Amino acid sequence: MNPRLSGDNLFRILAATLTASAAVILAVTGYTLFKGSLPVLQRFGLYFFTGTQWNPVLGKEIFGALPYLLGTLVTSGIALLIGVPLSLGIAIFLAEMAPRTVRVPISYLVELLAAVPSIIYGLWGLFVFRFWILDYIEAPLSTYLGWVPMFSGTPFGLDVLTAGIILAIMITPTVSSVSREVIQAVPNSIREGAYSIGATKWEVIRNWVLSYGRSGLFGAVILGLGRAVGETMAVTMLIGNTSGAAAIPTSLFKGSQTMSSLIASGFMEATPGSLEYSAYIGVGLLLLLLSLSINAIAQVMVTRVLKVKGGAVE
Amino acid sequence: MTSYAYRKFKDKLFFVLSLGCVIIAVLPLTSILFEVIARGASQLSIRFITQAESAGGIGQAIQGTLILIGLTGLMGIPLGVMSGIYLAEYGNNKYAASMRMFNDVLTEFPSIVVGITVTLVVVLTLGYYSPLAGAIALSFMLIPLVARTTEESLKLVPNSIREASLALGVPRWRTIVSVVLPDAKSGLLTGILLAVARIAGETAPLITTIVGSPYFFQGFNQWMDALPLRIFRDATQPDPKVQAQGWGAALILILIVLSLNIGVRLASRGRLRR
Repeated sequence: MNPRLSGDNLFRILAATLTASAAVILAVTGYTLFKGSLPVLQRFGLYFFTGTQWNPVLGKEIFGALPYLLGTLVTSGIALLIGVPLSLGIAIFLAEMAPRTVRVPISYLVELLAAVPSIIYGLWGLFVFRFWILDYIEAPLSTYLGWVPMFSGTPFGLDVLTAGIILAIMITPTVSSVSREVIQAVPNSIREGAYSIGATKWEVIRNWVLSYGRSGLFGAVILGLGRAVGETMAVTMLIGNTSGAAAIPTSLFKGSQTMSSLIASGFMEATPGSLEYSAYIGVGLLLLLLSLSINAIAQVMVTRVLKVKGGAVE
Repeated sequence: MTSYAYRKFKDKLFFVLSLGCVIIAVLPLTSILFEVIARGASQLSIRFITQAESAGGIGQAIQGTLILIGLTGLMGIPLGVMSGIYLAEYGNNKYAASMRMFNDVLTEFPSIVVGITVTLVVVLTLGYYSPLAGAIALSFMLIPLVARTTEESLKLVPNSIREASLALGVPRWRTIVSVVLPDAKSGLLTGILLAVARIAGETAPLITTIVGSPYFFQGFNQWMDALPLRIFRDATQPDPKVQAQGWGAALILILIVLSLNIGVRLASRGRLRR
């Protein structure tokens, strides 16, 4: 029998070919979105990235994606601001502080948070959570700090702040579980050294463990950012869906729009082949590029640290 | 210099703070489960889960979700498992390293981007919105998840088992298929079911591919419904009766997702203790 055609080779070649499916999907996505957004990019050029107007009316078409880019960045920023300290606290508790018996059940509960579908967060956010935010956070802030531009406007519960906080909840399981892995990958010899010179547990964590794992923790945060940037449904239901210049997130209590929520709420209304259709695809391309670069950074940082686990420990 | 008592106090303080973080994180989960059960349970009836929308039920959405899970699994699981096999068993080269990276990147892809890509590539080519397009979009998300979980569970299989089989003269591919895979079976199954549970609740890629429909499955060239789409539609209606149906649909969806999740983990617990 020809050794080149042996079962072994065939199997290996088949598996190697099918492994490329992820790369093929990525390539097809990149190419399709680029091709689809060409009309709008050619027509508006740089304005598409820096402009704030969004008008699909035939003959008066103008499309600038800047407000949605800002919407995405601001909501994701809020998500990090709230979600990261929370996740680090959870990771530290589960990796270093909790008694062994409660570690598994608690980490399991936190992971369940990741299993809840985005649409359920949206539903809960729309009917329950936004009123918590409105009554306990926005109303007092607006009454006492309404003169600060960040808190201007009448709070309604469907705005940048609510969307950002729901994103914070949604990225917490990701950030905390990766952070926990990073913390657990810190070699025990580091801890023992620190304890031996008389540090308290918190000092060991703060000055040795966290600083040893900082690049991995940074990776975990970036991974959370990637999640927040791409998250669609819950944000679509909670951000108030404004468009054009009105969507620029100038106040926390203002309706806005992220790139993903813009696509989710508008793409199906556009006619295939029209300039508006192309504009939505262009926003998709922008979202793709943002998410790809964020995730590439995260992958590099997390794998670099977790690899140490296999090599350096013992 | 800070005193020892102060340092001890700070130690305690941060213990309490980190415990507080856990409590804050678990709070939304508790509230979500409570609200979904409290508001959804009153909707449940045989009629509600078997009838179409015109009869006040969500039957077509449940049917759609099951069809999607089936089709997605059919496309995504074999591709994902084969990718995982390659990465675990032959993965010690540059090609595999870059494929692994692409796989990881795809895992974190914004789902709405997958949705519009499939719309452009599949829906516009076919000329109609189709359940098939929805399943293709979901399998784009399933493949990297399954590939990763397969790779991880195959790597747990001790090398001695492979060597024993190879020493008997069994070809490598037979070794993988009849020795390594069966040994990794339960881990593999756990990972695949968790991945399926994760994509079962996806909404964004479905909006632009199967659109949603008040009718039971009409054919592969027609719009179809799914639980997440139904929840989205109902939640954005002003009528409280319709909104209540949305909560009912949410209860069913969360039952599907969480029972897969919890069931799989409980079943695999004994194995991990081994």
